[in-house]
Amino acid sequence: MSLRIVVTVKYVPDATGDRHFADDLTVDRDDVDGLLSELDEYAVEQALQIAENSDDDVEVTVLTVGPEDAKDALRKALSMGADKAIHVEDDDLHGTDAIGTSLVLAKAVEKAGYDLVVSGMASTDGTMGVVPALLAERLGVPQVTLLSEVNVEDGKVTGRRDGDAASEQLEASLPAVVSVTDQSGEARYPSFKGIMAAKKKPVESWDLSDLDIDEDEVGLENAYTTVESASERPARTAGTIVKDEGEGGKQLAEFLASQKFI
Amino acid sequence: MAEVLVYVDHVDGAVRKPTLELLTLARRVGEPVAVALGNGAGDTVATLAEHGAIKVLTHEAAEYADYLVVPKVDALQAAHQAVSPAAVLVSSSAEGKEIAARLALRLGSGIITDAVDLEAGDEGPVATQSVFAASYTTKSRVSKGTPVITVKPNSAAVEAAPAAGAVESLSVTFSEQATGTKVTGRTPRESTGRPELTEAAIVVSGGRGVNGAENFSIIEALADSLGAAVGASRAAVDAGWYPHTNQVGQTGKSVSPQLYIANGISGAIQHRAGMQTSKTIVAVNKDAEAPIFELVDFGVVGDLFDVVPQLTEEIKTRKG
Ligand SMILES: Cc1cc2nc3c(=O)[nH]c(=O)nc-3n(C[C@H](O)[C@H](O)[C@H](O)COP(=O)(O)OP(=O)(O)OC[C@H]3O[C@@H](n4cnc5c(N)ncnc54)[C@H](O)[C@@H]3O)c2cc1C
Ligand SMILES: Cc1cc2nc3c(=O)[nH]c(=O)nc-3n(C[C@H](O)[C@H](O)[C@H](O)COP(=O)(O)OP(=O)(O)OC[C@H]3O[C@@H](n4cnc5c(N)ncnc54)[C@H](O)[C@@H]3O)c2cc1C
Repeated sequence: MSLRIVVTVKYVPDATGDRHFADDLTVDRDDVDGLLSELDEYAVEQALQIAENSDDDVEVTVLTVGPEDAKDALRKALSMGADKAIHVEDDDLHGTDAIGTSLVLAKAVEKAGYDLVVSGMASTDGTMGVVPALLAERLGVPQVTLLSEVNVEDGKVTGRRDGDAASEQLEASLPAVVSVTDQSGEARYPSFKGIMAAKKKPVESWDLSDLDIDEDEVGLENAYTTVESASERPARTAGTIVKDEGEGGKQLAEFLASQKFI
Repeated sequence: MAEVLVYVDHVDGAVRKPTLELLTLARRVGEPVAVALGNGAGDTVATLAEHGAIKVLTHEAAEYADYLVVPKVDALQAAHQAVSPAAVLVSSSAEGKEIAARLALRLGSGIITDAVDLEAGDEGPVATQSVFAASYTTKSRVSKGTPVITVKPNSAAVEAAPAAGAVESLSVTFSEQATGTKVTGRTPRESTGRPELTEAAIVVSGGRGVNGAENFSIIEALADSLGAAVGASRAAVDAGWYPHTNQVGQTGKSVSPQLYIANGISGAIQHRAGMQTSKTIVAVNKDAEAPIFELVDFGVVGDLFDVVPQLTEEIKTRKG
């Protein structure tokens, strides 16, 4: 038996950099370094663990939809241990929103062939946390998302989803779409050997025509949502800072009382 | 006036506060029609009517608890068909966002997540989002289909606005996908007796500076003196000092209370992402250079083991 895993990974602007918007109100990618979304490292890690713990012949493919530089994200995932990579890149994709992105990802996943899709819990830039659910809807397969623990065995995926009100145990048959949280287990660092090996691993490039997607189905012009304005939040006005000389707690209480919290 | 669908988040009939906030926002763009599903759906009606629901569509079925997300999407789709609303509003829980996204896709609509405000506009509702760890504010709208918008808790006031609340039972045919992901077990969270983190008016958080699980009793005592919820940084959670459900930040809960008190927390960007929209921010940290002080309305540079117990005592004294 063989098991084909596709891991979706996003290339994002570094959250610790000075992120801002370009003139067309899309994310400015020129002034901030980009990287593999840290939360997608957990997805790569779980895919690799599933592969390592399986008796089947497992192939792990990493998939990204993004600009030229998004190759960096793929290379990082390959150096962690993924087998091959697919980069969907097309100028017409600029400004695509969540609905459009899920279309491109779904078509690419189908073209690649899959038994299991593993995604991150959310990207670190858009942070919507909806793409895995959208992918499951588009592919017509079970959605087994936000897992802090995941297991694949005998054509089934099981896992634990820690919700607001309860912790749930989930089960579904493959093929399925899974997303994993940052509680699922630390992601490995690429080893030197891994980094060297990654250079020889195949990276395929697909554009919209490879996926039979019309240019009027994606992109900023055809998005399902429109950003009307983006403004930098004014810096918070500097607050009062006191040094504790034995009365710090009381001074803080005085402030809270003045603001009617006590 | 057009109708607006509001998805009801409830636990066995007890309506959660973010749903009442949605009703406030829904009334700005139309007439709220609530959709309550699952066990206890019928018990939500009085509360929803009191807060502005002109109609409540209810449906009870075991599927809502036994399978993940999709049965609820099927029901909302049926409600959409019955009502032809001007917008669909859902609260921004992890599940709420997934339900909303799949619904939007089925309706051929766009989706906006994590709105912090909503107003009527010429071309449909305009949502305000707070993005890039709250360093930017954007205004967006859905440009295709019925707008589907999820709204963060604490984004609007709960307002009494008595309305008819006419009950109608919704007829739902579950799709083939509905039973795809089975919930085989459920362990409810133990109640702490404290307010829900995302709904609380005051949140008191502890970070690595708290230095041990046992010391969180200091943070809890302060929280209890104010009737607050307790939060924690990821460093404190990763160390095993406090449960992950209480984590505030990018990969934890996003909170927007009236007052946020950060104790022994440095203020990393990922933590700020979850608390920066709080109305008033206060911090106790022994390092005067900690980035959290850039956000505060009032800060104390000092050892939390001195400052926090003194603060708790003073609050108790003042409250009598
Ligand atoms: C600040 C900001 C706000 C936005 N708000 C909206 C909005 O309200 N509505 C809207 O429709 N769009 C919005 N977008 C656009 C949206 O972020 C992108 O279209 C994005 O590709 C999908 O959403 P996400 O990044 O939030 O993904 P999430 O749903 O958070 O991502 C979850 C997982 O899906 C996978 N994934 C997501 N994108 C990709 C990709 N490009 N390649 C490979 N895997 C991927 C990853 O595994 C990721 O961990 C916003 C973007 C930004 C920067
Ligand atoms: C993808 C990703 C997601 C993340 N998600 C989150 C998230 O959701 N939430 C989150 O919080 N973090 C998150 N993080 C981690 C984040 O980057 C920080 O590491 C974390 O917030 C640090 O927690 P801290 O402030 O408690 O610890 P530290 O940064 O170590 O700060 C401890 C502070 O306590 C002070 N202190 C120490 N002792 C005392 C004392 N006795 N009295 C007073 N002050 C004292 C110190 O001066 C210091 O400022 C994420 C990181 C990544 C990469």
